[in-house]
Amino acid sequence: MDFLPAHMRPERSFQGLILTLQRYWADYGCVILQPYDMEVGAGTFHPATTLRALGPKRWNAAYVQPSRRPKDGRYGENPNRLQHYYQFQVILKPSPPDIQELYLRSLAAIGVDSHLHDIRFVEDDWESPTLGAWGLGWECWCDGMEVSQFTYFQQVAGVECAPVAGELTYGLERLAMYVQGVDRVYDLNFNGRDGAERVTYGDVFLQAEQEYSRHNFEFSDTAMLFEQFKMAEEACKKYLAAGWRDGGNRREHLMALPAYDQCIKASHVFNLLDARGVISVTERQSYIMRVRELAKACGEAWVHTEAGGAA
Amino acid sequence: MPDLLLELFSEEIPARMQAKAADDLRRMVTDRLVAEGLVYEGAKAFATPRRLALTVHGIPVRQSDLKEERRGPRVGGPDAAIAGFLKATGLASIDEAKIQRDPKKGDFYIALIEKPGRATLDVLADMLPVIVRTFPWPKSMRWGQRSAKPGALSWVRPLHTITATFGLETEEPDIVKFAVDGIEAGQTTYGHRFMAPAAISVRRFEDYEAKLKAAKVVLDPQARKDDILADAKQLAFAQGFELVEDQVLLDEVAGLVEWPVVLMGSFDKEFLSIPGEVIRATIRNNQKCFVVNDPKTGKLTNKFILTANIEASDGGKAIVAGNERVIRARLSDAKFFYETDLKTRLEDRLPKFDNIVFHEKLGSQGERIKRIERLAAEIAPLVGADVEKAKRAAHLAKADLLTEVVGEFPELQGLMGKYYALAQGEDAAVAAACEEHYRPQGPNDRVPTDPVSVAVALADKIDTLVGFWGHDEKPTGSKDPFALRRAALGIIRLLESNNHRVSLVKCIDMAWNFGYAMNDAGIIVQANRFSADLLSFFADRLKIQLRDQGARYDLVDAVFALGGQDDLLMIVRRIEALGKFLDTDDGKNLLAGTKRASNILAIEEKRDKRIFEGAPNPALYSLAEEKVLADAIDLLKVEASVAVMNEDFESAMSAMAKLRPAVDAFFDKVKVNDDDPLVRENRLKLLNEIRAATRAVADFSKIQD
Repeated sequence: MDFLPAHMRPERSFQGLILTLQRYWADYGCVILQPYDMEVGAGTFHPATTLRALGPKRWNAAYVQPSRRPKDGRYGENPNRLQHYYQFQVILKPSPPDIQELYLRSLAAIGVDSHLHDIRFVEDDWESPTLGAWGLGWECWCDGMEVSQFTYFQQVAGVECAPVAGELTYGLERLAMYVQGVDRVYDLNFNGRDGAERVTYGDVFLQAEQEYSRHNFEFSDTAMLFEQFKMAEEACKKYLAAGWRDGGNRREHLMALPAYDQCIKASHVFNLLDARGVISVTERQSYIMRVRELAKACGEAWVHTEAGGAA
Repeated sequence: MPDLLLELFSEEIPARMQAKAADDLRRMVTDRLVAEGLVYEGAKAFATPRRLALTVHGIPVRQSDLKEERRGPRVGGPDAAIAGFLKATGLASIDEAKIQRDPKKGDFYIALIEKPGRATLDVLADMLPVIVRTFPWPKSMRWGQRSAKPGALSWVRPLHTITATFGLETEEPDIVKFAVDGIEAGQTTYGHRFMAPAAISVRRFEDYEAKLKAAKVVLDPQARKDDILADAKQLAFAQGFELVEDQVLLDEVAGLVEWPVVLMGSFDKEFLSIPGEVIRATIRNNQKCFVVNDPKTGKLTNKFILTANIEASDGGKAIVAGNERVIRARLSDAKFFYETDLKTRLEDRLPKFDNIVFHEKLGSQGERIKRIERLAAEIAPLVGADVEKAKRAAHLAKADLLTEVVGEFPELQGLMGKYYALAQGEDAAVAAACEEHYRPQGPNDRVPTDPVSVAVALADKIDTLVGFWGHDEKPTGSKDPFALRRAALGIIRLLESNNHRVSLVKCIDMAWNFGYAMNDAGIIVQANRFSADLLSFFADRLKIQLRDQGARYDLVDAVFALGGQDDLLMIVRRIEALGKFLDTDDGKNLLAGTKRASNILAIEEKRDKRIFEGAPNPALYSLAEEKVLADAIDLLKVEASVAVMNEDFESAMSAMAKLRPAVDAFFDKVKVNDDDPLVRENRLKLLNEIRAATRAVADFSKIQD
């Protein structure tokens, strides 16, 4: 890494860290995608993971995904919690036999030396009720801090994974705080420069955290959101129904991706409603079920597309 | 005799599953060996985060040969029968069979089948892959290219290598040749993930364990625990502190490392303003670190102890610094939660409980709290508690469920309630009840003694039991999701150890009428629909408690059979006295006499198809023993009923003891089935009197000999 200019080094630059990870996984042979252009709660929602994890075809991809968790907003006052943050997502299908080594080498690439630090794989089974998905894996700890999630997908969108994909999710802000030695996320050096040229994470995102917290907790238009949920749900079903070629025989689907966009939409709208506290405990369960039904139907459609492995 | 070494090397196995998995592996392999006729000398299994290992020593080299004679069809029998016999026995022709002469039934064929024992190596090669494939992991997964096909191996996490050798100490052992889903058994394993990742070739258990140790892997979980505990104590002691021991945490931590390295870190003293339990929960649950006490104050100090998995190149400085940063962030969160919680009074949290469902049939948490409040106010005078304090405590006791700290650490419920109640200036008894009303949590938990705590604890548990019972949500088999058994046992222990007299039936009625009696259709449903059933649930709990204490639990039935028994304290007292009495000669003989009377009565009542009830006629007594017995019964009736009325069960038993000689003498000298039917009837009535008189204390017929 000595050839890297100082401002690109992962231990002093947030963007340097991201670029190093991208470079590492590109060298492995992943396609480096850009973030999905919709609001999602986690990198897993990107169709490059949710849908591409299904079906028999090889698929190796890596990308940054901005993730929105409206409930986690703290008006910029908490040093670790954000309603918008970045995940770095790697999906490898089938999961290679040396996937743990690959992961550890990626940590080495961003300056985490496994002879100096205590790196551990601690049981953490993953389940997404909204995606109808589950897998087994770990939280990866570095000196007691969770820096990544590691999952072998067993089922996604209600469909058994065959073959199984391995998913790595790096919490970029946490990882950067660790390697930069910073205790408050807003103090992260974003661009790796010093003095007047230095841009911090706070310079980029603090105002956004304050504004979105206000929006998510106090002002989001719930009447509109309830309506949007219904519209997205209906649209998803409509596109799914219309996508089957030749109607009845359900052999080939031609609109799985647009339908899935509406599923993502419904999921995010639900998260916004949830943050406003306008969904009761019992209703909450039924909303989650409704999103899951959409996700499952999209998974079913996807495995009948070309990329999903339909003959 | 040779030994087996088996290792299953995988990616990281969850800590909580390791001990059982090692045990399962030992059990499955040894059971299978025994079933194959291979009796072994000893076996031991081990687990680390990355491997399950098993050594079985002293296994015979081969199975013994088996010889078997099988009887066939008669000589000259139908061809089909002979063909079937040849097929079943594997004989090439009927000439190979012996002929057994039998002059009566005719001669028949006998096949001599010799089954030579197989080499153990082959038996192992057959059974080990089956064990791997059927291993009972609580959760298992598929992985890699092979998971595309059906029938792929499932394991807790990806399985990488299998080591399986079999042989004598003096020789190069054989590899047990088998493969599972493309993984071939061999003799290569790997050391510590970071410190010694190279391949290691192993022969048998002794060199396996030693080579692993050299490769920075401590195979035996107990050895890892011992190391961690000793080092942690030493580190604390060296600075004048003492480790807060924690067995559950120790078990978990030992399952997260192959090479434990114990280090000490510290945190800012300002965090010590948070209650110690919150600091401990934060550091323990989230970071899996131990906390440390200062013996001078008896409270936590600002240190923690972590267990790393490597000897770091800088001696652990970076690891300690990293953990300190994470713990600082976690404690900042905890402190923030705690301080935020202190800004809201407990009672101001209550309205939110109206929107939280406790159980779909039992309404909201808000309704539940109101019921408990009313019930606690009614129970308070029965247990000597101040009514207003009991009401106040019940009002506040659940409020901490909505605090930030309890949201983060549910196991601190109650305790935080106490802290917050004290902080807002509540009476000490009220604050204590916020914590103690959950107790006792099990048979070994402390029972509260403060009357306010007792009142709220009873009200909470009775409300829960009555609610679920009245809505037919009872525990079944091993399923008791709402811990109703624990609640009933808690009530028994609260009443018994505090010597409180309470009518359970009355409590059940009150609890029911306060909140549940009116159903959705507006119809009043009576508690008596289920209260007898609930009472017998208490009787069952009491039996189990007595059995666990080694007391005579069969006496529970003898007392409950009297009917109208719903005062647990009195029931327990009566059982105690009865148990003592039955240990004496008088007690044993009286029990025998009473049972004899009951048996005779049962037979005669069946024969005559009538019962012999009512007072005997003194004019018909012809023998002195009859008269004496009748007098003794009359005396007992008076004495025992007075004693029972005074709840003096010891005296009641003494009165019973006086009956014994009269009963013995009666059976000794008197023939019950006299030829004169009137005399016979009179004597049977007298026997019935024995039975009736002893019922002053218990139903003796329910007592086991």
